[in-house]
Amino acid sequence: MKKTLLLLIILTLGALFKGHVEIGKASTKTINGAGATFPYPLYSAWASQYYKEKGIRVNYQSIGSGGGIRQVTERTVDFGATDMPLKPEEVEQKKLLQFPTVIGGVVIAINVPEVGDKSLTLDGETLCKIYLGEIKNWDDAKIKALNPGLSLPSKPITPVYRSDGSGTTAIFTHYLSSVCSAWAKDVGFGTSVNFRVGIGAKGNEGVANYVKRTPYSLGYLEYAYAVQNKIGVSNLKNAKGKVVSPSVDTFKEAAQTAQLDPAKHFYVFMTNAPGGNAWPIAGATYILLAKEKVDINKEVIKFFDWALQTGDKIALELHYVPLPERIKTRIREYWKKQGLF
Amino acid sequence: MIRLKRDYILNTLFLFITAIGAFLIFVILLGIIVVLFEESFPAIKRFGFLGFVLSPSWDPVKELFGGAIPLLGTLITSLLALFLAVPIALGIAIFITEVAPRRLKEPIGVAIELLAAIPSIIYGMWGLFTLAPINAKYIEPFLQMTLGQIPPFVKLFSGTPLGIDLFTASLILSIMIIPFTASVARDSFQLVPAVLKESAYGLGATKWEVIKDVVFPYCKLGVLGGIGLSLGRALGETMAVAFVLGNLNQFPSSLFSATATVTVKLANEFTEADKDIHLASLFYLALLLFILSFTILAIAKYFIQRTQYK
Repeated sequence: MKKTLLLLIILTLGALFKGHVEIGKASTKTINGAGATFPYPLYSAWASQYYKEKGIRVNYQSIGSGGGIRQVTERTVDFGATDMPLKPEEVEQKKLLQFPTVIGGVVIAINVPEVGDKSLTLDGETLCKIYLGEIKNWDDAKIKALNPGLSLPSKPITPVYRSDGSGTTAIFTHYLSSVCSAWAKDVGFGTSVNFRVGIGAKGNEGVANYVKRTPYSLGYLEYAYAVQNKIGVSNLKNAKGKVVSPSVDTFKEAAQTAQLDPAKHFYVFMTNAPGGNAWPIAGATYILLAKEKVDINKEVIKFFDWALQTGDKIALELHYVPLPERIKTRIREYWKKQGLF
Repeated sequence: MIRLKRDYILNTLFLFITAIGAFLIFVILLGIIVVLFEESFPAIKRFGFLGFVLSPSWDPVKELFGGAIPLLGTLITSLLALFLAVPIALGIAIFITEVAPRRLKEPIGVAIELLAAIPSIIYGMWGLFTLAPINAKYIEPFLQMTLGQIPPFVKLFSGTPLGIDLFTASLILSIMIIPFTASVARDSFQLVPAVLKESAYGLGATKWEVIKDVVFPYCKLGVLGGIGLSLGRALGETMAVAFVLGNLNQFPSSLFSATATVTVKLANEFTEADKDIHLASLFYLALLLFILSFTILAIAKYFIQRTQYK
């Protein structure tokens, strides 16, 4: 009896050990990444297709941008992902490389029953004042002036924001900071900021759910969630003073005209982009690499090059906006310059 | 002889293994405290103790952090949850031990324990998608129109009922802690010697008098301990409240306003905290919560033990 037990223990240990060795072997064929939650559905869709075609596993864990930056700085993963780009000097100091992969648009979801099928237009200053609590009602003179044809109700606005730290918040607050000096001075931008008014909802799905359910509310969320939840969105007046509605085309135009500069490791917020038809609140999501891990980086870059070449269709299906060709070329040049491509 | 020796060795080995298991608990506990302290050290150094606990600002952009609002929010939601849960839980315990016929005792007891087995994330999702809308549409306006009209409560029930607020969070918490309070209370009610109760009945006491004058005084410490255990659970509950409290860094002005608790802050901001001082401040909050619930649990355990050894 005891001998069988002993045998069993030895066998189990042996199996564990063997399993461990196998895992060790497999890892040469696996690329490990971690970071932002926003591109997670896309990266996992890309990874599963890549495995089918090339037999290389890409294992991406959506632990959040903060975690992604930290993990790659400590060199525990092969690549990190973040929704908020690191400043060029920070990239240098942490000995990292940084490039964008895909664009996300942030839209303003509204729930005003009176508006119905018609479209509502807002501009940066109005949005900023709504989120500062200075514009309190839907029939405020500022909103009326932007929407002469609409009869707006005298109901209090309920602004909804992300209660969790998020790249979406970073992009949105960066937009408010760039169009509204009061916001830049009092609140600033970042993945979590100190919101003054409104209610917080967890995750894009939380904001979508809340705006949909609460009459006279307004919230910012990723384009994909607005499409999937069929929520009404507002138009915005962009930097050129033109009224634009959110769509893949207006996001692309924002990316075209944004200053994505390889010398700055592509650090840019595509907010308030100067294009005539550019949607003013957009941002790219980024990949971070450890500079000295040349061999692994080559493998990672093979994956992302494949994704840039063939992944646009998957991206569009999932409501992400692919990078314009011009930017893709610049990214490849950036890789070449680092001797990775 | 050989057999005896082998038994001896096996016996010692067995005792040794159990001892390792037991001491591992201390090591883990100590490890957690050390890590929490070490990670929060930058924040402790920058803000101090009182400077952190009393400061209401939480501004990741300007790197100003203070724990006053989340700590207060944690205490308010937990105490409010107790206030809602304790009467119901005691009622359940009394019903099960004293009132219910034997064939009802079992099913109700099991149902209560099942309530305790529901994962808290499910409470959170249910809270966001079901309870919050019901609260916003029916319960909160109703409370405003009734209790909210009585002068001392006007302020308490003011504001726009949106469903993501202190009230919903406390309500969910109270549902979650009812089973804990109820089962500890039931256990201590069962410890009351039958002789005592029978004597009281023999003297002509009614059921209500027996419960009020015999059962309750006999096990008040145990009940208090049970309440303490539930408080400890309410303080640390995360997912159920993370969905319905809103993480707004403001002192609540009424039951219908959003605020933050320590756990809500941690759950919401931990993943995207990209500045070191932000992360350290979150760890600092966690450390304070740990100390708070540790103290409350220790006091509760002390009370429970005193009833059991009486």
